[in-house]
Amino acid sequence: MITDTAMIQFDHVSKEFGLSSKALSDITVEIKDGEFVFLIGKSGAGKSTLLRLILRDILPTTGTVIVDDWDVTKLPQSKIHLLRRKVGMVFQDFKLLIDRTIYENIALGLEILGKSKEETEKGVSEVLELVGLSHKKNSFPLQLSAGETQRVGIARAIVGGPKILLADEPTGNLDPDTSLDIMQILEEINALGTTIIVATHNESFVNNMKKRTITIKDGEMATDEEKGRYHQSERAKQHHHHQHSSGHKEK
Amino acid sequence: MKPLRVSWTHIRRSPYQALAAVLTMFLTFLVSGAFGLTVMTSLLVLKYFESKPQATVFFKDTAEKIQADGLKTTLEATGKTASIKYVSKEDALTIYKEQNKNDPLLLEMVNADILPASLEVSATDPRFLKELESIMKEAAGVEEVIYQKDVVDTLVAWTNAVRLVGGILVVLLSLDSILIVMTIIGMKVALKKDEVEILKLIGASKWYIQLPFLLEGGLYGVLGGFMAWTVMLVLILWFRMSILSFLGIIPIIQAVLGNLLSSAFIGCTFGFLFILSALGFLLGGIGSLIALKKYIAF
Repeated sequence: MITDTAMIQFDHVSKEFGLSSKALSDITVEIKDGEFVFLIGKSGAGKSTLLRLILRDILPTTGTVIVDDWDVTKLPQSKIHLLRRKVGMVFQDFKLLIDRTIYENIALGLEILGKSKEETEKGVSEVLELVGLSHKKNSFPLQLSAGETQRVGIARAIVGGPKILLADEPTGNLDPDTSLDIMQILEEINALGTTIIVATHNESFVNNMKKRTITIKDGEMATDEEKGRYHQSERAKQHHHHQHSSGHKEK
Repeated sequence: MKPLRVSWTHIRRSPYQALAAVLTMFLTFLVSGAFGLTVMTSLLVLKYFESKPQATVFFKDTAEKIQADGLKTTLEATGKTASIKYVSKEDALTIYKEQNKNDPLLLEMVNADILPASLEVSATDPRFLKELESIMKEAAGVEEVIYQKDVVDTLVAWTNAVRLVGGILVVLLSLDSILIVMTIIGMKVALKKDEVEILKLIGASKWYIQLPFLLEGGLYGVLGGFMAWTVMLVLILWFRMSILSFLGIIPIIQAVLGNLLSSAFIGCTFGFLFILSALGFLLGGIGSLIALKKYIAF
């Protein structure tokens, strides 16, 4: 359910890495509480940089980023972990601890909050059920398929009840069917009230789900559409980019 | 996972590194403990001698009590003495018997005749002793005058030497322990770089991430301290009778080592264990903290 309250605000945000590399340029955007937003653009456009700014993994060069009324640019080091408890993150490369079971990986999200054993057990069971992996709780990440592993990543990200869920190419390593599963889970989580931002290249989801879509192009906000879709030009560039990359690989 | 359980898992997964850290800590605490106990004993001995009369005038076997009384009167007349006590041959035998009650062989060989009578003299100010010395030495029937000051000075010199050598060794070994723990914890943090990064990204607090490493360093110290305590306890028990025969004259040592079931012995033993463990935790903790500061950026 989308409310009128702003959950994330970017106000004239720019980010430079070094002197010559401008990752984001003068981004101003507002994302409301409960929204589901796709972030699209070719590799290197600045999608991940934008997500990392929300997570306060990096600081903007200029401008302000406000997350749930907290100005993250002014957030002291000692409070960063509190911000990250409001913002769950799903990674393309999953970032799970391979020496811990699925249960233990997800439980981490509650243990860091100081929850009791009983609360942790209850919370983990609930999210495992939501992502359909209750039967795999004692397995290790390496014993799971890529799709299952990503579902564990989502479960860990939401187990602490964050207000925002960021997903950076969550289906980047998955086949179409598994990707559909993941997107359905993300939609379910969004339906429960969590604000979701998904950075993706997956054209079919963007076109079929008809969610708000922000296009980033060379670090600038190119479009921001209520029920957006992948434009022909964007697709052509993606196609060209992929061909270019595979051409390099073949050499 | 609870921090202590995580620390224990870290230790179990790299037993050789853990062993290196614990053995270094053990050596540090064995040397520190040994020197600490030696210095403490020296101080007790010093205190004991300082509480004794400042000078003792021993009389010849042929001297009569009247000569001792005469000297006592002369000394008192100077107004510079705080106390003067006459110890007869019989009194000397009683004291000797008390001091050597655990050694019947020594008691058999001694009787009152071979022990000298004496005057135990304390001056109102130690500086007056020089003045009183001539009176004491020149009095009739006097064999020898012994000043506690000489004994005390020798003891102070020894204690200072032990303190200096021990202090240097303890500082060097402590530094070594901190460096070893720092290196080992640093390696562990580097090996767990990904895990630390993930924990940071999902919102773990600084202490949630650092505590297991800190406890691990502390545990190395506590284990090293415990091992050193065990070895020292065995050595003290082994040499207890020898220590008592040398130093049993000092009431505190007699009270502590005289009866192994006494509250003094039990209190001191476990108090010492507590001190060693606490210092071990502190030393290991310092090593860990330095490593964490160096390898984990917050």
